[in-house]
Amino acid sequence: MLSDLLSYLIQGTYFAAAVLFIFGLKQMSSPKTARSGIIWAGVGMVMATLVTFLVPGLHNFGWMLVAIISSSALAWYSGKKVAMTDMPQMIALYNGMGGGAAAAIAALELVRLVTHDGFELSKEVQAMAVAGAFIGTVAFSGSLIAFAKLQGLIKKTLRFPGLQFANGLLFLITLAGGIYIATSGNSFDPQVLAGFFILALVFGVMMTLPIGGADMPVVISLYNAFTGLAVGFEGYVLGNPAMMIAGIVVGAAGSLLTQLMAKAMNRSISNVLFSNFGAAGSGEGMAVEGSMKAIEAQDAAIQMAYAEKVIIVPGYGMAVAQAQHKVWEMTELLQENGVTVKFAIHPVAGRMPGHMNVLLAEAGVPYDLIEDLDEINNEFATADVALVIGANDVVNPAARNDESSPIYGMPILNADMAKNVIVIKRGQGAGFSGIENHLFFLDNTRMLYGDGQKAVGELISTIKTL
Amino acid sequence: MIEGLAAIYIFMLAAFTGNEVISKVPVILHTPLMSGSNFIHGIVIVGAMVTMGHADGPLELTIGFVAVFLAAGNAVGGYVVTERMLEMFKSSKEDK
Repeated sequence: MLSDLLSYLIQGTYFAAAVLFIFGLKQMSSPKTARSGIIWAGVGMVMATLVTFLVPGLHNFGWMLVAIISSSALAWYSGKKVAMTDMPQMIALYNGMGGGAAAAIAALELVRLVTHDGFELSKEVQAMAVAGAFIGTVAFSGSLIAFAKLQGLIKKTLRFPGLQFANGLLFLITLAGGIYIATSGNSFDPQVLAGFFILALVFGVMMTLPIGGADMPVVISLYNAFTGLAVGFEGYVLGNPAMMIAGIVVGAAGSLLTQLMAKAMNRSISNVLFSNFGAAGSGEGMAVEGSMKAIEAQDAAIQMAYAEKVIIVPGYGMAVAQAQHKVWEMTELLQENGVTVKFAIHPVAGRMPGHMNVLLAEAGVPYDLIEDLDEINNEFATADVALVIGANDVVNPAARNDESSPIYGMPILNADMAKNVIVIKRGQGAGFSGIENHLFFLDNTRMLYGDGQKAVGELISTIKTL
Repeated sequence: MIEGLAAIYIFMLAAFTGNEVISKVPVILHTPLMSGSNFIHGIVIVGAMVTMGHADGPLELTIGFVAVFLAAGNAVGGYVVTERMLEMFKSSKEDK
């Protein structure tokens, strides 16, 4: 009787958690209700976690608490402390942890087949465990590489001829190992199991290393969907409906989100994953003619202060330099001088879609000054100055007129059509994608070298003296 | 335990739900929503706890520990980051 009640309580709580997750996700898809959405989902998570302590027959609670408390403390601290600009890589990191957890669950269930005599899984459960293990492991190592790349721990983009072929081969070998484990009940060789996990780890690494920085958001979103699937599959293995529902909902939502992001960049997902972005074949693009011409902050400030219309194009460089507050201060000064100022945001400016909107909102820039690509692109022709702050690939006219360029076809902001273009940039190097920016070499473009925050600060002090 | 066919129904309905729930999302919410769904698959903590709770011997206990540790990080980190991001949206609304 009592155990019946307990079982109802546990199952009922899991059900409620699943409902709260879906409700929360729905809330999060609209700006007005987004905040309450995450809180509802959080309530569901706490409920589900607490009730799991009541599941009959569990032991190891001591170590379990150590794991939960230490990891929660670390994640809480790092999540609170991380700068807004570094958010994307933190999402990648936490996502990788989820994938790793799903893979570890599968590993434990499969190890149990070998170590416990008489322990068996039904055929489809074992197959699901292996499938979840593979997907989860790839999401784990892939997300960690994405994290390392965005964090700047890995600078080089690994590419060599035949890489895709090697990856394909690696995939097939891993798959074969997985099928062998899935189909041989409890009589498989444990060494193959270890090898399977190692190969899956390596595959995740190899799959992510060749992908360029501009594509990282799409990749992180894809691994997010992967983790969702892996969690759903392991939920089936454990007979846990909350995990099944939440995992598959995230898997489906994540897949759709990945498609939406890729579409915003005018690329397909397979193109992101398998194209030789910047590699031989697609070429390095046309040789650039002309030279970069520098400008002093004073001259740039005067140009803007006496302009009628200035369009500011922020990019990741602004985020890194934490220049958004200074940019808004400068905007207010220009507005006092009677200059019309607008912000042009590319859908994938920064490292995540919506990244720039969040940062500008943080600095206090009102929404009506911020325009999307479609809204603003015709206005560049009427602008006296386009001020590009730390943006690069998203204003590269090569995407419009150089068919041999790797980014050809990507929608860009037409900053080059403004009468004057001022580019605030740290140095002369190419952008994150490693492609030369033709904009920097145009006759109407001037380069203002320096850290974003410092350069804008100099602009402000000059404008004040005018 | 959930039988095979019922599981397929659950998977199918959940997939449709996930697709439907976010089919009309403005670009500006892509990042927070990705972060939010990242938090939701933190439910893997429940499975990790159950699996670790059944673990015997050092090898199994270690794997279970890793599972719970990673899962808790996913859930807590995912929540904190999402909440911080969405908080910012709220303040921008008020400024307007």
